[in-house]
Amino acid sequence: MSAGTNQTGGTNSGLVKWIDSRLPVFSYLQKEYAEYQSPRNFNWFWNFGAILTFLLVMMIMSGIFLAMQYQPNTALAFDSVERIMRDVNFGWLLRYLHQNGATFFFIAIYIHMFRGMYYGSYKAPRELLWMLGVVILLLAMATAFMGYVLPWGQMSFWGATVITNLFSAVPLVGDSIVTLLWGGFSIDNPTLNRFFALHYLFPFLIFGVVVLHVIALHVSGSNNPLGVDPKGPQDTVSFHPYYTMKDSVGLAVFVTIMAAFVFFAPDFFGEPENYLEAAPLNTPAHIVPEWYFLPFFAILRSVDFDILFIEAKLGGVIAMFGAIFVLFVLPWLDKSPVRSAKFRPVYKWFFWIFLIDCVLLGYVGGKPTDAPVFGGVESFQIIHLGYITTFWYFAHFLIVLPLLGIFERPKPVPKSISEAVLGGGSSGAAATAKPMEKA
Amino acid sequence: MSDDTQDHDDHSGSRRDFLYLSAGAFGAVGLGAALWPFISSMNPSADVLALSTTEVDLSQVEDGQRITVKWQGKPVFIDRRTPTAIEEAESTPLAELRDPETDEERVLTPEWLVVIGICTHLGCVPLGQKASEDRGEWGGWFCPCHGSHYDTSGRIRKGPAPLNLPIPPYAFLNDTSIKIG
Ligand code: HEM
Ligand code: FES
Repeated sequence: MSAGTNQTGGTNSGLVKWIDSRLPVFSYLQKEYAEYQSPRNFNWFWNFGAILTFLLVMMIMSGIFLAMQYQPNTALAFDSVERIMRDVNFGWLLRYLHQNGATFFFIAIYIHMFRGMYYGSYKAPRELLWMLGVVILLLAMATAFMGYVLPWGQMSFWGATVITNLFSAVPLVGDSIVTLLWGGFSIDNPTLNRFFALHYLFPFLIFGVVVLHVIALHVSGSNNPLGVDPKGPQDTVSFHPYYTMKDSVGLAVFVTIMAAFVFFAPDFFGEPENYLEAAPLNTPAHIVPEWYFLPFFAILRSVDFDILFIEAKLGGVIAMFGAIFVLFVLPWLDKSPVRSAKFRPVYKWFFWIFLIDCVLLGYVGGKPTDAPVFGGVESFQIIHLGYITTFWYFAHFLIVLPLLGIFERPKPVPKSISEAVLGGGSSGAAATAKPMEKA
Repeated sequence: MSDDTQDHDDHSGSRRDFLYLSAGAFGAVGLGAALWPFISSMNPSADVLALSTTEVDLSQVEDGQRITVKWQGKPVFIDRRTPTAIEEAESTPLAELRDPETDEERVLTPEWLVVIGICTHLGCVPLGQKASEDRGEWGGWFCPCHGSHYDTSGRIRKGPAPLNLPIPPYAFLNDTSIKIG
């Protein structure tokens, strides 16, 4: 085979060659998605990029078809969604796919991020890649928040009221910002209208940032469970067919789990209150955000005391946004030269503690602040657990990670991937280090 | 002069810098001016602003009764206060208040308290308009969202809210009706 045909996906089609010499899409795909050299030792956690891409496309598809039936007007919105559920052909499927798709999007994004934290994927030279990921997280949160307002149920309305009011904590201009966001003096028709417009736009912005994310990935190459860079061809395999196959298997499993919810428990992650139409004069007893916002909501509520001249309300807002901002600077907080937690005996423990801390924060965010944590011990309330877990969230990034970079003694890192996974096989390197466990 | 040649060689940058900076500044101002109409279009429109007054007939409200009316899409609480409620509100020492305001500053006549029924924490509508609802420890309103307590003057007493329930602009048209806005 000549180099030319190889570049265009092994085809001899004259048309493909004609196009490719004018607009090199085929050779680009061939280079970036087929020949792209990936470390040979990926585990299943490397599936989530592909899963996320699939979900983004699924969200855009289901969303566009929902938008053909949906009415962004406060008088019609709730009924139009009920109509989608009852009267539109497969409307229930579109909506349940979209609703559960948002949940599974966040499940995948969080697993993807914790994967990055465990294996040190944010470290040089992948800092920008990681930061683009955090941008995607932020955009996805904004998208999901605005999408949740669209069905115009009670939680839609009151969740939006509480979250947009966060901005009123900004000194001096806070109230003007809130009026600007609402386009009125309360959440009302202008708000619903613009949220629909922006909810339609943002997924395409996400798509754009995903493209940048993948470009950055293909410059530095993928990290891997050992965190050592590939040294040569013996350490890598081409993306196709090896990882296209592996990704397909993982995707099939993930989609099966998602389908189980869509078809058998579609409202499992939902809030019954949102099947009541929005009533602007009647606040429900408990306002809880969607589960994927709970840890951040818990951090917001846990700062209920003034810090110096910053009053509690502003402090909570700063802490909540700070919880995401700190992720941007993570690459500079973790100074350890070793990437993978496999070779970081102390960090490994702190990673799991941090993961548990995040789960606890989610638990705290879903409960009333004055409920007791353990039945019987009245004095230890949810708010106290909130103080501890919020403190730990920040301590992990701002205290633990910088100190570990100085004091932790990493275990010896294998010389190369092939040496570690094949026991020193094809690279021909002598067994200078003990073979590591198989990745 | 030798200074002249130096100007051309070494300091030529400073003239260019000036051009860059002034061009950049003009560009930034121009961009801001171009963005302004877009941002401004998001603010309340004329029709939204036009709905900004509400007249309320108070003749049917009984002693101790509270009613809710809608003004600019927001709930306004009108409370025909009992003498005990007025007495409690007036006798509270300012030192006990987070957002110190006397009761006189908050009413036109003590009998009628008119406040915007939106919690100053994050915007929930506090409970207490019906006698059967939780009115909090000070007998005014209680916000269920994060537990803010307001007194019979609508002043914040406990919980995360920083400020008293705001007073909308309003005036008595006659003894039994008011105009809000
Ligand atoms: C990352 C992508 C997206 C996410 C995370 C997302 C998230 C959400 C969420 C959480 C809801 C509320 C579901 C409910 O409770 O009913 C929603 C509703 C909606 N979304 Fe999206 N969405 C995305 C993309 C899109 C796109 C591209 C469109 C295209 C126009 C769209 C159109 C709609 C419509 C019309 C609704 C209202 C109908 C309904 O509530 O089911 N979405 N979205
Ligand atoms: S909104 Fe009322 S206490 Fe938070």
